[in-house]
Amino acid sequence: MQVTEKKHAQEAHDDHGHGHELAHHFVSVEQQHDAGNLGMWMFLTTEVLFFGGLFAAYTIYRYKFEKVFEQASNILDPMLGAINTIVLIFSSVTMAFAVRSAQQGKSKAIVAWLGATIVFGGLFLGIKYFEWKHDAQLHVFPTSDFNWTWAREKHSEGEHGGHGHDSHGPELKGYIFNSPVVPANYVESDARNPEAKQAKLFFFLYFSMTSLHALHMVIGFGVMAVIMAYAWNGYYTANYYVPVESIGLYWHFVDLVWIFLFPLLYLLGAHLGAGH
Amino acid sequence: MSLHPPAKAWTYWANFLALCVLTVVTWLTARMDLGALSTPVALGIAVIKAALVVLFFMHVWESTPLTKLVIAMSLFMLTVLLTFMFTDYMTRNYDVLPPADHAAAAPGKH
Amino acid sequence: MSTIITSAPPASAGSKDPGHGGGVDYLNHETSIASWLLTLDHKRIGILYLVAMSAMFVLGGFYASLIRAELITPKGDLMSSDFYNKSFTAHGVIMVFFVLIPLVPASLGNFMLPLMIGAKDVAFPRLNLISWYVYMIGAGFTLVALIGGGVDSGWTFYTPLSTTYLNSNVLLTATGLFILGFSSILTGLNFIVTIHRMRCPGMDWFRMPLFVWALYATSVIQLLGTPVIAITLALVGVERLLGVGIFDPRLGGDPILYQHLFWFYSHPAVYIMILPPLGVTNELISTFSRKPIFGYSMMAGASLAIAIFSFIVWAHHMFTSGLSPYAAMFFSLLTFSVAIPSGIKVFTWLATLFRGSISFDSPMLYAYGFIGLFTIGGMTGLFLSTLGTDIHFHDTYFVVAHFHYVMVGGAIVGFMGGLHFIWPKMFGRMYPEFPARMSAILIFVGFNLTFFPQFLVGYLGMPRRYHEYPDEFQVLNVFSSAGATVLGVGYLLPLLYLPWSVFFGEKAGRNPWGATTLDWTHTESPPTPHNFEETPVVTGEPYKYDTLFNKESALAGH
Repeated sequence: MQVTEKKHAQEAHDDHGHGHELAHHFVSVEQQHDAGNLGMWMFLTTEVLFFGGLFAAYTIYRYKFEKVFEQASNILDPMLGAINTIVLIFSSVTMAFAVRSAQQGKSKAIVAWLGATIVFGGLFLGIKYFEWKHDAQLHVFPTSDFNWTWAREKHSEGEHGGHGHDSHGPELKGYIFNSPVVPANYVESDARNPEAKQAKLFFFLYFSMTSLHALHMVIGFGVMAVIMAYAWNGYYTANYYVPVESIGLYWHFVDLVWIFLFPLLYLLGAHLGAGH
Repeated sequence: MSLHPPAKAWTYWANFLALCVLTVVTWLTARMDLGALSTPVALGIAVIKAALVVLFFMHVWESTPLTKLVIAMSLFMLTVLLTFMFTDYMTRNYDVLPPADHAAAAPGKH
Repeated sequence: MSTIITSAPPASAGSKDPGHGGGVDYLNHETSIASWLLTLDHKRIGILYLVAMSAMFVLGGFYASLIRAELITPKGDLMSSDFYNKSFTAHGVIMVFFVLIPLVPASLGNFMLPLMIGAKDVAFPRLNLISWYVYMIGAGFTLVALIGGGVDSGWTFYTPLSTTYLNSNVLLTATGLFILGFSSILTGLNFIVTIHRMRCPGMDWFRMPLFVWALYATSVIQLLGTPVIAITLALVGVERLLGVGIFDPRLGGDPILYQHLFWFYSHPAVYIMILPPLGVTNELISTFSRKPIFGYSMMAGASLAIAIFSFIVWAHHMFTSGLSPYAAMFFSLLTFSVAIPSGIKVFTWLATLFRGSISFDSPMLYAYGFIGLFTIGGMTGLFLSTLGTDIHFHDTYFVVAHFHYVMVGGAIVGFMGGLHFIWPKMFGRMYPEFPARMSAILIFVGFNLTFFPQFLVGYLGMPRRYHEYPDEFQVLNVFSSAGATVLGVGYLLPLLYLPWSVFFGEKAGRNPWGATTLDWTHTESPPTPHNFEETPVVTGEPYKYDTLFNKESALAGH
């Protein structure tokens, strides 16, 4: 009895080694696939509530400071937001095709489609980088660098065709993206204006939500790189592609978050600037 | 043998097209001043877009009831978080006494 | 006769001699340190958790003893107010986050869940191990913060105190708890998928042991609640670092928002602590009264109902915080709803005991204690959910006593019962019965002596979190500190006799309690590495006790 049992354990171990398609504790590939799929959905559930805390904070403050939130939102460029939305949705399409290739067991196609996803995700982050750089010129980073008076002034200058920040000499350097230093009278003007604090809260929420979103994308890139390496070596088959499917679900979730961030952050005050 | 038959490629492209159109639509409507309607319109379009992504890119259209339940549960909890918090914020600035009592009480002090 | 049958009867039961040194089991098939630290076996991971949490429990208990020692006299003569603040914070943080929340699910749940549903392992064994390491990393951060300087914010980290005014290690502790949250999420995720996807043939939802239902309900809370506290702690950290006033009223923020987000998790967290012990108690009550649980489906439903209700009552922690009075009424009313499923549970146990063949084995002693203490804890909760009385009781020792009755009297006592119950399955050895009963009685007596006077002193108006108090409260505080000593002895005993029994205890057969669930009828004690030699097939309900049970023959392994 003892001998057979040891042999049994040995076999189980061997199974684990040669056939990664089915781990030892599952009965069938279907069971394994459904478990992995459900696990990923459960994880996304936690992600919904993870972002949910921020959405809740956003909703509360927006309710409290409705007017200022609209003005602050107007600082952002909805055009860039819309372009980025389409770029990200396109990366979702390429991701959907990566999963489709996995379902068909086409390893090389997985690599290609995931590569495309990374390229378009990277494009999204690139546009984001230039947005943030522009935000730094406007001094809307929610640090001690923040200045609402400056941001509003420069923003309206920009909309009327002026080149706000270019006119300043190189001696004026702030600490984020070499943005110009805000003159003292702007700081005093902010200190007198309670709306400056409220606008700062908007930008805090804007930066924390978009950077948490960007962080999720970067993590996604890392996971995709690993999956691409495995797929290149033919690790995934039509019977075992849970990791590909899971990163797909994850990426679509990242897309979903953006689909809500876009109207909440960019479009909230878009009508204020529409007249120009 | 595959675990799941792959979806037709054109469904993904059609979905992409629909999402792009909705993105442009939401951008255009946001530039109009719809007053109180602007947020519901923007969020309504976002919900439609989200539904398209969930149903077709994430294959929930053809998934098991359990997956749908999981999604419903997470949305339910998010709703609970937001709405129950708002029971506080929406009533916080109201006086415990009805305004009429205040009006009656204030002149009496004089 | 058991109604659970396999496709073939477990033939090895007679020919093999489980637990007598002959068979291969999960403990002896590999013995190196690395085989433990890199194990993917849910049983070993459960034991890893058990060891880690015992260490944390001892540390948390040490801080509790410091608090009780200080409170023997009305003067603050033993420690400074500052150190007192750090002590109760350390006690709270360690006990709540590192002991109570993972206590039953991660140790007993990890060990028992696959056995109870006839699975070889949890759905994601690697994730299971990762969650233990995440726990250890989170514990490392927090311990460094607590011991290297300490935190004095209280375990609740209320803003703006925690974000603006404290110079202690708030950031490091928050980081530790943020990391720890992922451990909780991973465990919950693993359990839900395991329960959905890994049940053996015939194991319908309504054939699962009630402990599994409780773990399921707990996991739902862990999944849905924990992310919110994670993002909230992250916001606290960012506010401290960048000086953004998201919770700071001077900067336009709202401190009540922090409390909403915090309690959205931390109230359901109370049910993360109490639901699994409620589930364990079902197993104990049924097994040791030789009767099926009265109202199985009501009990299963009550677990889920508690999980759902737990999410809609959180603001009852905030009645005195400046919450809108309308919202306070709303939440007060909703809070009473939790009493309904809790009441269902208590009455269901009583109905199970009624005309059962009840015994007084040590796990059952804990279960009796659990019912009484949980009931007192629950009933005093009603005082606190009532708006008017809560204004009086808020932040007094009445609250402290209330939640200790639920968390210690409920969760810890339930855990102890479950641990004694599962011990023979874990190690294949019986613990010595006499010290185990002594420990159960000492814990019950010591607990009541510690915390019942706190109801009184709280009712009289003694606020919590002060290291000095007026002279008239001294008598009750001395009672409380004396009780804590008895309680401490009660806790120390198992720390001595349980490890002893692993090596020298009487051998236990596969089913020393004559239980009828899969974990007892179809696995060896201790179980083999893959739990079941053959996948069991279930054909009936989990609790089917219709014969008198002979303990002596069961211990002999027949």
